Amino acid sequence: MEIIFEGIKQAFLLLVYGDHEIWQITWLSLVVSGIATLLSLCIGIPLGSFLGLSRFTGRNLLVSLINTGMGSPPVVIGLIVSISLWRNGPLGFLHILYTPIAMIIAQIIISLPIITSFTLTAIQQLDPKLRLQILALGASRVQMIWLLMNEARLPLLAAIMAGFGAVISEVGASIMVGGNISGHTRVLTTAIVGENSKGNFSLAIALSLILMVLVYMVNFILTMIQQRTKLR
Amino acid sequence: MIGYVIFMKKVSGFIGILWVFAIGFTLGAAQAKQKEIILATTTSTQDCGLLDLLIPIFEKKTGYFVKTIAVGSGQAMAMGQRGEADVLLVHSPESEERFMAEGSGINRRLVMHNDFIIVGTPEDPAGIKGMKSSSEAFRKIAALGIYISRGDNSGTDVKERSIWKAAGINPQGQRWYQQTGLGMGQTLNVAAEKRAYTLTDRGTYLTLQKHLGLSILVEGDAALANTYRIIEVNPDKWQKVNAQGAKAFSDFMVSKKIQKIIKDFGKDRYGSPLFFPDAFKDEKLKMKN
Repeated sequence: MEIIFEGIKQAFLLLVYGDHEIWQITWLSLVVSGIATLLSLCIGIPLGSFLGLSRFTGRNLLVSLINTGMGSPPVVIGLIVSISLWRNGPLGFLHILYTPIAMIIAQIIISLPIITSFTLTAIQQLDPKLRLQILALGASRVQMIWLLMNEARLPLLAAIMAGFGAVISEVGASIMVGGNISGHTRVLTTAIVGENSKGNFSLAIALSLILMVLVYMVNFILTMIQQRTKLR
Repeated sequence: MIGYVIFMKKVSGFIGILWVFAIGFTLGAAQAKQKEIILATTTSTQDCGLLDLLIPIFEKKTGYFVKTIAVGSGQAMAMGQRGEADVLLVHSPESEERFMAEGSGINRRLVMHNDFIIVGTPEDPAGIKGMKSSSEAFRKIAALGIYISRGDNSGTDVKERSIWKAAGINPQGQRWYQQTGLGMGQTLNVAAEKRAYTLTDRGTYLTLQKHLGLSILVEGDAALANTYRIIEVNPDKWQKVNAQGAKAFSDFMVSKKIQKIIKDFGKDRYGSPLFFPDAFKDEKLKMKN
């Protein structure tokens, strides 16, 4: 129990005295997972909207695959991504294994199904009459989608939170494709694993607290946006 | 609606900033290509903090960027076999010899040694404390104790299997024998929680000692020697290997200055050194292992 208090104390001291390495690890976590979530949004929202609005043969199969993807284990994704990125692997010419880019790629694969599926559900649960009404008022297809997404802001922001939450807290893929290299690919989750095996439990607790505060802050901002837009 | 537009503008600004970072990362990665080395090593050298001390010195001196991938010796050599690492720092002599024999590595050199120890709860239910023979101790553990094994093909794991073999016991599938598949640090924690016995390198044990509540029960057996060697991955076999960087790092590890640092490492914190430098000893005088 005292290790936890020691960890809380250490977390506080690390942040107050601005330990350079801790800030860098925290910043990298935010940047890697932030970029991964944003890129997932760029792909997942159009894809989810498309799937939500269209009907074609094999759609249900595709949707069920995406829904399964929401539960895909990060370690499996980490394994597949790292094998593909090996020097002598199919994508070895990119030279990005053990870099933050490799981590971003793995995290995109983890968050994409979540964001796509949430978007699909959000668009699909809107009243179909709304869509007809918008079109009847002379909106183009792009305008219609924009208005629909505006209407579905609440669940779409939930999609962002779920996607970001999945990747910032993920460790299996990050450690495999990033390698937990100090000053380069060490993020909060992989640092926690590393410090735990070095027996620095209070530092591991301190890092955990920083991670939880970070996740809370991001979600707090997103929740503010989500709830504010709801009231208007 | 206006608020929403402003919000979207802010978001796109933020996206812009993140893109700049993404591009920065890409450029950084492309630039690092020539000057980076992948060092595959055992968990013990990483977990005790030795590499955290040595690698910055090397990077500063040579300008290379070292990517340390801390896995077991078995996995490190598997990475070398596929040309996925440039240089290995490992402690599994038998597997290393096989690795060299198949032509996967070049220039295998002794860097340092310490020893393996058998640790367990101070109550010592199997009564092995002070025994001189590791295989005798293992026989007693098999009869009266619980043993926690790495089970990950690491140097420690290979050593452990050789002791079981010497003891004439096949522990696989026995109720008193459990495998973690984890690194040394975590395996020690599991052993401590289960009040069990395990084999560990002295370095990792000393690093974690204060949290563990495990005592050293058997030490000093010649069979418990633990030697660390550096191997460069054979560039003739794998063109993508950074041979120059690998050589620079190996030379660095056996240089006088670094051997001196290894000699003193851990003295201040644990009262005794964690490793003994070996590079300047005559190979014939060195331990058989």
